[in-house]
Amino acid sequence: MADLKLTHVEKAYGEVKILKDINLDIKQGELIVFVGPSGCGKSTLLRMIAGLESITSGVLEIDGQRMNDVPPAERGIAMVFQSYALYPHMTVRDNMAFSLKIARKSPEEIDKAITRAAEILQLTPYLDRLPKALSGGQRQRVAIGRAIVRDPKVYLFDEPLSNLDAALRVATRIEIAQLKENMPESTMIYVTHDQVEAMTLASRIVVLTVGEGIGQVGTPLELYERPENEFVAQFIGSPAMNLLDGEIVQTGAETVVQIDGGGLARSTVPTESGDKGLKVRAGIRPEDFIPTDSDAIFSGEVEITEALGEVTQLYFRRNGSDHGLIAKLPGIHANLRRTTVSLTAAPEKVHLFHNGRSLLYR
Amino acid sequence: MESIAGRKSALVWAVHISVLALVLLWVVPTFGLLVSSFRTGDQIASSGWWSALSTQEQSLSPIRVEGDEVQKDGAYVIEGTLFPRGASTVSAWGTSSRAIDAYVPGDTAELGDGQSLTLDDKGNYVLTSPTSLEGTRLPRIFATASQPPEFTLNNYQTVLFGQTTGTSIGRAFLNTATVSIPATIIPILIAAFAAYALAWMNFPGRALLVAAVVGLLVVPLQLALIPLLQFHNWIGIGKGYLGIWMAHTGFGLPLAIYLLRNYMVGLPRDIIENARVDGATEFQIFTRIILPLSFPALASFAIFQFLWTWNDLLVALVFLGTGDSQLVLTAALVNLLGSRGGDWEILAASAFVSIAVPLFVFFAMQKYLVRGLLAGSVK
Repeated sequence: MADLKLTHVEKAYGEVKILKDINLDIKQGELIVFVGPSGCGKSTLLRMIAGLESITSGVLEIDGQRMNDVPPAERGIAMVFQSYALYPHMTVRDNMAFSLKIARKSPEEIDKAITRAAEILQLTPYLDRLPKALSGGQRQRVAIGRAIVRDPKVYLFDEPLSNLDAALRVATRIEIAQLKENMPESTMIYVTHDQVEAMTLASRIVVLTVGEGIGQVGTPLELYERPENEFVAQFIGSPAMNLLDGEIVQTGAETVVQIDGGGLARSTVPTESGDKGLKVRAGIRPEDFIPTDSDAIFSGEVEITEALGEVTQLYFRRNGSDHGLIAKLPGIHANLRRTTVSLTAAPEKVHLFHNGRSLLYR
Repeated sequence: MESIAGRKSALVWAVHISVLALVLLWVVPTFGLLVSSFRTGDQIASSGWWSALSTQEQSLSPIRVEGDEVQKDGAYVIEGTLFPRGASTVSAWGTSSRAIDAYVPGDTAELGDGQSLTLDDKGNYVLTSPTSLEGTRLPRIFATASQPPEFTLNNYQTVLFGQTTGTSIGRAFLNTATVSIPATIIPILIAAFAAYALAWMNFPGRALLVAAVVGLLVVPLQLALIPLLQFHNWIGIGKGYLGIWMAHTGFGLPLAIYLLRNYMVGLPRDIIENARVDGATEFQIFTRIILPLSFPALASFAIFQFLWTWNDLLVALVFLGTGDSQLVLTAALVNLLGSRGGDWEILAASAFVSIAVPLFVFFAMQKYLVRGLLAGSVK
C-alpha cells in the first residue's frame, strides 16, 4: 500500500534494449494495467519491479526507498503468476502459510491471516486440499490468497487470467475487480494482453510499445478517446482503428482532410493555418462509421460481412493500400455483402495523426 | 482406415508377445531357483524343479540297515524302516548296486550265511540271521520308491545360520548391506545439492561443470579401479568399508547429478521464483520445495544405485578385504561355487538370498523406477 516510482528505467539483454526509458509514477490505491503486444517487455517490467529481473539502469522506488538491489522478499510486494505457481506438494493452507512461516510469524497470526484470506476468496472449504484437487479458477484464487496473506505494499499480477477458459475468465475478472474494491488502499499492477481486462479493471493503463518505451499512460477512456499516437490508437479497441491517408485542405477549429481516393473528412481537432497541405492520417474507429448517402468519407464494395448479432463487421478493400477498412454497424446487415456502401463519421470521432503522433497533443 | 487399424493391432500383438517372452525368460529361471532352494539335494539331483509338486519315483541312495537286534524264535532279528517320516512307497528294491530292482516289495532276499531280508512296500524291513549280528557289517538296501512332494527350509537354515565355514552367507549378507546402504545414501546427499546448484543457481562455469559431469558418465569404471586403490592406500584408508563407500559414491555421482539435475531443471521456474518472492532462501527453496518435488527422481536413483552396489562384485573385490568381516554376498557366492559346486541346494538357496533384496526393492518401488526413467522426457 504505497507509491511506486520508476525513473528512466531500462532493461537490456546484451546490446538489445527491451525496455527504454520507462518513467512512471504510481499512487497508492491505483490499479495500473500494463498492456502491449507480445515482446514489448510488459512481463519483464513487472518482474523487474518484483526483483526477479535486474534493472539495467534507472531507479525503482517503493515508498520513496530505492529498491533496485533489494531482494524480492524485502520489497513488500506479492506476485501472482500466470501459471499460479502453487506448491504442488502442499495443501492450500500450507501454500498460503509458506511465506508467513518463512518470516517466522506466530501460528496464531498465520491462522488469522489465512482465515481472512480464505473468507475473502471463498476458499474456506478447500483449505486442506492439494492444488491438484482444485479447478483452474480455485487455483487462481489460492494464488491470489497467497498474495493477500502477506499483506504487501504492492500486488503484482502477471497475466493471471490467461490460463482460464473464457467463462471463468469473466467471472474471475469480476472477482478481481471486487477484490480491489474491498481493498481500496492497496496498490496493484496488472499485466495482460487482453484489452477487455485492461479497460475494465484499470484505473490507469500503461501501453508499452516494442522497443520504444511507453506509448501512453492514461485512464482507459482517455486512451480510447484521445490516443496520443497511432500505436495506442490502433492497440486500444477491437477491431483496430482505421487509418486513412490524406491531406489537410481546411484549417481552423474544424479541420477538413481530403482522403486519398475518398471524400472529405471533417474533424474537431483544431489546426493552425500553417498546417494546410500537411500530409496526415485520419483515424476512425470501426464502430464510429455511420452509413450515409451523401458526403461520404469512404465508399467501397463490401468484401466480407461478419454478423455477430449485436453488430455486423464489414470488411472493405482499399485501392493502393495493404490494409483493408473495417466498419462496425449495429444490427444485422449480412445482406450488404458485394454491395457498395458509403460511410461517414461524426467530426468529434475523427482523429488526426502526423508522423504517427496525434495532432491533439502537439 | 482398415489397413491402418490392422497394422496397429499387429504391432500391439508383437509388443504383447515380446513382453510375454521377456517375462517368461526372466520368471522361469527365477521361479526354478526359488523352488530348488526348498528341495533336498537328492530331489534336485534326481528330478527337475518343475516336478517338485508331483509324487516321484526315484532310486534312493543306499540305506544301511540299522537297529537293535532282538532274539525271536531262536533267530536274531533286526526290524526297522527306510522312511522314518513315512509316506513313501517302495516299488522295487535290491541289496547290491548291480541289481537295484532285483526284488519287489514283500520278497525275501537270501543274503547267504542263512541271513534273509524282507522289505514291504511301506519300507519296513526285517533282517533275520541264525547268528548274532553284533559287530558285523549290516547289508545295504537299494530301494526305488515313490515319494510325495517335500519341501524343506533346511537349506536356508544352513546358508543363513549354519556354522560350517564356507557355507554360511548370513555374515556376507550383513556385509553387503553395510556396503550398499551408505553407498546409496551418500551419493544422493551430495548429488541433490549439486543438481540444485547446476539447475537453478547462476554462477560462472555452470555449463562447463554440467558438460564435465556428462563427460564423466562415459568414463569406464575399470579405468579408475587401480589408481583409486593406490590413492586410498596412499592417504591411509586402505581396504575397508570407508574406501568402498567412497568408491561407490564416486562412481555413482555422475549419473546421480545428471539424472537429478535434468529432473530439477524441469520443475516450473514460476514455483521457485514465487518461493523467492515469498522470502525463502536458496537453502529453504532447496529443502522445502525442490527436495519434496524431486522425490520420484531421488527414489529412482536410489533404486539404481542400491541395486548396482548390492550386485557389485568387481568394486568389492578391489576395495574390500577377503576376511569374513568384509566378504560381500557376491564374493561369498563365488567362493561357494568353488567349494560347494555340487551342492545345488546350497547354491540355490544362497543365490535366492542374494536376489531377494533386489527383488523386494524392485517390486516395492517400481513406480518410481519408471517415473524416474521418464524424468525430463515427458512434460
